[in-house]
Amino acid sequence: MAEILIKNVAKKFETYQALSDINLTISDREFMVLLGASGCGKTTLLRIIAGLETATSGEVWIGGKRIDHLPPKDRGIAMVFQNYAVFPHMTVFENIGFGLRMQKQPESVVQERVKRTASLMHIEQLLDRYSGELSGGQRQRVAVARALAMEPDVILMDEPLSNLDALLRLEMRAELKGVLAESETTAIYVTHDQVEAMSLADRISVMNRGEIVQAATPMEVYRNPAAEFVAGFIGNPPMNFVVADRSENNQWRVAGEYYPGPKSDADQIHFAIRPEDVVIADAGLDARVRLVEPLGAHLHVTCDVGGRMFRAVLDSGLEVKAGDHLKLQPQLDRIRWFDKNTTKALEV
Amino acid sequence: MSTSLSNTSTVRAGRWVYGASVALLCAWVLVPIYLLLVNTLSSPAAVSGFPKSFVPEFDTGSLEFFASFGGMINALLNSIYVAAITMVLSILIGAPAGYALSRFEFKGKELFRLLILLTRAFPLPLLALPLTVMFIQVGLDDTILGLALVHTTLAIPFAVLITFSLFSGIPVELEEASWTLGCTRLTGFRYVVLPLILPGITASAIFAFVISWNEVFAAAVLTIENRTLTAFLLQNLDTSPLHLKFAGGFILVVPALVFIFAVRKYLFAMWGIANR
Repeated sequence: MAEILIKNVAKKFETYQALSDINLTISDREFMVLLGASGCGKTTLLRIIAGLETATSGEVWIGGKRIDHLPPKDRGIAMVFQNYAVFPHMTVFENIGFGLRMQKQPESVVQERVKRTASLMHIEQLLDRYSGELSGGQRQRVAVARALAMEPDVILMDEPLSNLDALLRLEMRAELKGVLAESETTAIYVTHDQVEAMSLADRISVMNRGEIVQAATPMEVYRNPAAEFVAGFIGNPPMNFVVADRSENNQWRVAGEYYPGPKSDADQIHFAIRPEDVVIADAGLDARVRLVEPLGAHLHVTCDVGGRMFRAVLDSGLEVKAGDHLKLQPQLDRIRWFDKNTTKALEV
Repeated sequence: MSTSLSNTSTVRAGRWVYGASVALLCAWVLVPIYLLLVNTLSSPAAVSGFPKSFVPEFDTGSLEFFASFGGMINALLNSIYVAAITMVLSILIGAPAGYALSRFEFKGKELFRLLILLTRAFPLPLLALPLTVMFIQVGLDDTILGLALVHTTLAIPFAVLITFSLFSGIPVELEEASWTLGCTRLTGFRYVVLPLILPGITASAIFAFVISWNEVFAAAVLTIENRTLTAFLLQNLDTSPLHLKFAGGFILVVPALVFIFAVRKYLFAMWGIANR
């Protein structure tokens, strides 16, 4: 059992508040992705869990044991680094077996586990090589195998795929997901790549400015973003926002149309819709087309709605050109509303 | 047409200047060493005669004279002892400082780096007299250890700067990875950092050895009976005939040259960092 509990963790570097009051529970065997732009504190949080950084305040528990005062080696974790950190003076075999040898495991266990994890990561033919003789992708495999060979309670990964080229990244992503699902370890994975986060995670914690804005399943984060930041960060193109003016009976006027929305005292709130959740119809949001990008499968159309940029993903068979006036009808159950001031989601 | 023509001639002239400069610089360094070699391996008559021959006679008389000269072997041994102690001390003190500079952020770090360099700003003659007085008071005068301490202070700045650049060249993630794989700071250093840095440490140690080997002023002031080779030769060559001066110089220069040549790669790395 390796449930991870993060309680009121905060980190301050001199005058810079890197993390403020982080609370997060990660259940046993869960794959948690920390997602955010660079500088949001996601790597700092991971390093605090690993013990490479000390929190200014707060507690970290793994498997029912408080571990924030322990050195990294006593926390039951293994880590995969962004730049792999494969030891250059050791062969692949020695790298993978390094942790086991440090634990003074019998040689038979070392041999067995190194060979098993190496074959799991498809690098059994490279065991005698040095890191200088490996490609980036192979080094990444060694780094993952080295972490897995420890059979840790928790495996921590800091943007492990970001140094690989696009094609290899896709391949490794799928492979990682399979290997980790089988290994039954709890995993925390840091990335700034939303697609990676969506495809790997059981749950995503979206972070911004040292805070967790939302922690939920990928679909929940995508469909019901808790704040405008999440809505704008996830999805490509991101969610559209249009200013909505209050009308009678919880009706809100959005770009010339009326839609039922939340109860709110505010005069203006934000109406939000995903680009793929609109269709061209006889009635809907007034849109003037500015740019059309045919991408084969879809048509990305950038329009002007209520004086704001609005992107729509439309059927590629449509004939739309710049300057056209369109009526875009949103799918009613996909409309979301956000408070203009707090930027938090509003319940309907 | 004319532009391309002038371009080629400019390039050609540039190459010529470049080649000439390289040749000049090489000659600047190599000619004295070569003359030293020629005169060392010539008979006394040829050394003081004229015109000079630029081909050595391979007369080992001068060198043989030195080998049998009274106190010479003793001075040589002294030099080796002093240099060896200097080497060990400067690495033992310098390498941890280099590690701290490269891995930790602390207040006054820049000032510390500056102070390290400033230790070389004081001319040794200025320090030698008070040092001698102090050494006499504590009984370190005319001892190998006393001289080694002075040489260590001369060598430490280089030891710190070289090891600082070496440690900085090792990604901190390697160490962090070792900690997550069951190492403490100490074992991580032992199994990951040390094997990677060992060649550089060796080079830095040899450099400290050479600094001590070549140092003459402190050696001459601080020792009387237990002279090192440099101080011994300085004292005796002053009144020696020319051919022995050449041979003595040769004996001093060659080991230093060989050592420096062996560690040149790491010394360049040090200047790379120091220039930043």
